[in-house]
Parts: sequence; C-alpha cells; structure tokens
Amino acid sequence: MATTATTLKNAGPATGSRSFFAKLRDGDEIARLVTLLFATTVVLITVGLVWELWVNSVLPRQKFGLHFFVTSVWDPIMDQFGALPFIYGTMVTSAVALLIAVPFGIGAAIFLAELAPPRVSDTLQFFIDLLAAVPSVIYGLLGVFIVVPLVRTLIYPALNNPFGYLPIFKGPSYGVGFITAGIVLAIMVIPYIISVSREVLLSVPRDQREAALALGSTRWESTWKVVVPFAKTGIMGSIFLALARALGETMAVTMVIGNTPKIAASLFAPGYSIAAVIANEFTEATGDLYLQSLIALGLVLFLLTFVLNGLARILIVITTQKGSEVRG
Amino acid sequence: MKRFAGLAIGVLALCAIVVADNALLINGAGATFPYPIYSKWFDVYHTKNPNIQFNYQSIGSGGGIKQITEGTVDFGASDGPMNDDQLKAFQDKRGTAILHFPAVLGADVPTYNLSGVNGALNFTPDALAGIFLGKVTKWNDPAIASANKGANLPATDIVVVHRSDGSGTTYIWTDYLSKISDEWKTKVGKGTSVNWPVGLGGKGNEGVTGLIKQTPNSIGYVELIYAVQNNIPYGTVKNSSGAFVKADLVSVTAAAAGAAKSMPDDFRVSITDAPGKTAYPISSFTWLLIPQKFQDGAKRDAIKGFLKWMLNEGQDSVEALSYAKLPKEVVEKEKKAINNIQ
Repeated sequence: MATTATTLKNAGPATGSRSFFAKLRDGDEIARLVTLLFATTVVLITVGLVWELWVNSVLPRQKFGLHFFVTSVWDPIMDQFGALPFIYGTMVTSAVALLIAVPFGIGAAIFLAELAPPRVSDTLQFFIDLLAAVPSVIYGLLGVFIVVPLVRTLIYPALNNPFGYLPIFKGPSYGVGFITAGIVLAIMVIPYIISVSREVLLSVPRDQREAALALGSTRWESTWKVVVPFAKTGIMGSIFLALARALGETMAVTMVIGNTPKIAASLFAPGYSIAAVIANEFTEATGDLYLQSLIALGLVLFLLTFVLNGLARILIVITTQKGSEVRG
Repeated sequence: MKRFAGLAIGVLALCAIVVADNALLINGAGATFPYPIYSKWFDVYHTKNPNIQFNYQSIGSGGGIKQITEGTVDFGASDGPMNDDQLKAFQDKRGTAILHFPAVLGADVPTYNLSGVNGALNFTPDALAGIFLGKVTKWNDPAIASANKGANLPATDIVVVHRSDGSGTTYIWTDYLSKISDEWKTKVGKGTSVNWPVGLGGKGNEGVTGLIKQTPNSIGYVELIYAVQNNIPYGTVKNSSGAFVKADLVSVTAAAAGAAKSMPDDFRVSITDAPGKTAYPISSFTWLLIPQKFQDGAKRDAIKGFLKWMLNEGQDSVEALSYAKLPKEVVEKEKKAINNIQ
C-alpha cells in the first residue's frame, strides 16, 4: 500500500519511474487508456460527422457555391436550391423561443432555488425533470391542438390590433408560423433552463448570501445582486443548452411552423426550418443534387450551431470577467 | 432428466431458427402508400409458401428506386414510375433493364374546411389549378361558384394546404395539375416535392388533415384511403368527359380501365385525367420495380411466382384495405409481362 502511495505522489505524466507493465498491472494504465479512448471517440465522431456531411455535399457546392446561402428558391423539380429561408426560419424560431424561455426559466429557477421551501422546490423539480424527458412529438401535438388555436384566436388579435403597423406583427395569421414554433420551442426548452440554473444557483456558497445579508441587503437584493451574478456562467450554460436544443428541434417544429420556405418579416407568417426540411424531404429525395443539397443543409445547421456556440463562449468569457471584477 | 429436457428444448429452438433461415429471403424497399397491402400479401404468401419470405421496408419511393439501383434489395416499389434518367442509371449500373409492375391503385381527393357548406363541393380542373397556383383566392370566385350552384360560398380567402414531406400523394396531385394546366406544368411541374406557389405544408396525410381541421376556409389533398378510413369528407372532381365524379374504389379502377387501352408495354403510364365517363381523374398506379435479369434463379422464380399470385388471388384482398383493384385488361397484360423476367 505504502509503495502505491509514494508512486502516486511521484506520478507525473506517463513517463514515471515505474515500468509501463507495472502500471498496467495496477490498473492505472488501463484506466488511462480506456478513458482516453472514450474521450477520443467523441472527437472522432465529430470529425467523422463533418467529413461525411462535407464529402456528400459536393454537388451543391460546385453548382451553387456561396449562392447556396443567400438564395431563397427551393425547387426540386427545376433543381434550384437555396438555404436562406431555412437558415432564417431556424434562427427566428430559436430567437423567439429564447426571448420567452430565458426570463421565464431563470425566474422560475430563482424561485425554486432561493425563495421556495425545499420540499416545494424538490417536488416541482421532479415535474420539471419529467417535462424535460417528454418526447418532442408530444410537444408537437400540444402545439397543434393548443398553441395553434391560441395563436390564431388570442395572441394574433392581441398583438395585431394594437401593433399591426409593425412589420413583425403584420399580415394574416393561419395559426401556424414562426411565432407558434417559437412558443412551442420555448415550452420545450424551459425545463432545461430551470433545471440547470436551479442546480447552479443552489451550488452558490452560503457565505455569499450571508455576507450580502450581513451588509444589510434585503433577501431579493442578495439574490439578484450577489447570487445570480455568482452563478452567471452556469446560467449562461443552461441558455446555450436550450439554444442548441431549439436550433436542432425537428418534429415539434415541423408540426407547427407551416413548412413554407419563404422569408417573411411577420412572426405570424408560415416559415420553415433546416431540421424540418431535412426530415420532411430526405426519404423521397430523388436525384443526386437534391439529396446532396439536403445534406448541405445539414452541414449548414452544424456550422450554425458551431458558430453560435463559439459566440456563446466568447460572451461567457466577456461577461464572467466583468462578473469577477464586480465580485473581486 | 431436467437438464436433458432443457437441452432438448435448446436444440429444438436452434432447429427452428435454422429452418426459418432456410426460407428464401427476398428483400424489397420503397413506397409507403402501398405498405399495408404489401405486408398483408407477403404475410399471406409466406403462410402458403413457407419456403419463401418477403421482407419489405417502406422507406419511400425515392429510397426504393435508389436501393434497387444500388442492388441492395431484390425489388423496389414506387408510387411514381422511374423516369428515363433513372432507367438509364439502372441499366448502366446493373447491366439489365428494370420492369414496372402495377400492383394496386390509389387516388388523391380534395378535402376542405368551409363552414356553412353541406354536401360535397364540385371542383373543375380550372378551379383546382387556380386555387393551387394562388390565382383563385376567394371561395366565391366564379371558377368555384359556377360548378356549385346553390352552395353558400363565403367571400373569404382560401388557405391552401399541401404535403410538406416528399410523397407519392404529392406526385399524383401535381401530375394531375400538370396535365390540366399548362401554367402549372411550366411554372411548377410534377414530383414528390415541388416548389409550391402558395400554401402551408403539413407532414403526412395526418398533418394535412390536422391543418385543414384547424384552419377555417382551407383546402388540401389527401390520399383516398386515408380520407375513407378517417371519415374525412371530400369533394368531387370533373373528369375529362365532363362528369363530376366522387372518388371511390369503382371510379378509381375505372380510370385505370380507361387508360388500359393505351397502356405502353413497360406500364410506365400516368392515369391522371384518364378517359371514361365514370373515371376518377386523380388516380394512379403504384408499381413494383423488378430487375429483368436475376443472377439467382431461385429468387427469380420466387418473385415470378409471387407476381402471378398477386395478380390472381392477391387482387381479391385489396378492397378490404380500401385499395382499388387493377382492371382485368391490365392484369392480363401484366401476366404476359412476367415472362420477360429472366
């Protein structure tokens, strides 16, 4: 036992004083190799995915080049493919979803972590975890039967009557469209935001709260000015998890977005998203250019997620530096 | 003794697997629309011929054409006939031709949500083309009203609903519109997915039906079988003889019979807008795609045997599942064509 302890102390990188085989016998080396293997698998899968998408989308790259990103005609008969309406739809629905879900989710998380009695908090958390596990097609049905009529009969008049002169609330509503998809997505991602944010808020050290209270702040002041900034990074993380889910959601979106590849300023207009068009048209896509254009769309979605995630990281770095200054 | 019994059961189970394995497995893939009747046929055929087993994956017509061209399956199935480019690609890759065998018939029907209108609306070809081109925008437009005297048509905007997923149903619908409207033919064309001039997209027959039920003043199209099985009301369509015909098993078969006289030898024929007083104009075959030459003699004989059975006994069971039967003329012609498989 004693020898193990000493070697552990000395154990730097793999070139320790002991032979490779001795470590292999102890299991250290095995554990290292196995975990290393798992870690590299993740990288390999990502690289393989991009590679597959890249080599299988040669034709549209050759034919359309960068025009693929900026044209908005999607015509399988005439072999014209442009990704713009789908990129637009994906981003608009995700933005609407986050606009609704972020205040809602973080507010609920603050209540559960800071204000609610522990028993209430735990019970509610159970239901929230349950919501996060509901399959997306169920949310799609919820959208079709509840949100769609609600948008047409309640939300549309409420926004169109007073604000109809604004381009984003103009035009007729069919019930399905960007805003409907955004609302359904918001309902889907709120559990993620609540669940992760609550955990993060709960893990804020007690000293922080007590120090704030000792300095004479009210409970809300200590929550809003001390605890929430402390947990900022984690809360941001929950939002990006939600964004990732919203960008890639397929089934629920296609059921309520209207599946019309058009760019419209109005949130009530029908649209289309990248994931939805791939799911809709992939099985019956005949012709190589058509199929490869759909795969190219998959690559676009991957890039979009990648870019937004990158931006998110930068945002985290900037804001947390600020946060630490405040705290420091 | 107990151990011996266990062993015996194990050996028996193993034998059962080996026996099942001995059945000749024939793989196919393709259209989803005929999947219910195909799976029933294959099941019944297997009970009658235990040594032959068909395995059919309903991955969509496009997938079916792709898989049979790649040679990963023994036969394909499609709701639309293969086009000349696809025939050539098959010939180049497989070194033989592909044969089309009509299996059953399907049809599309116009369905709508219009309060205050009782009974089926009549649609002329001009009205349907106008609506789906976005030119007829109000329900009381003369194009619709002239064929529906006495119906209380409102002056509201028409909301068009179409399929968002690629499907044979869309192929039939756009094939029909291409035949009756030159503008549709040049502007939009026919295919499993098209660039729709107007309208909302719903996923699957159920998605289209759901949108129509939810949206007042809407119109769309669904598969006849889906409409019948779910009691969805639908309108009549004016055929090439000038009669308004409601789609049912008889009028769909009549459309095929009307087209039988001019049936080409390769069976690649569209029967939309078919001649005949009782023919329903938005009907179509669905095809099995069989390579002309087989390397494996046993598989060839099994497929030929199945095709013969499908054209005789098989046709008797299609109406129970709401598919329209093939007309006699087509069955006779197909029986002759089976001999081309080598």
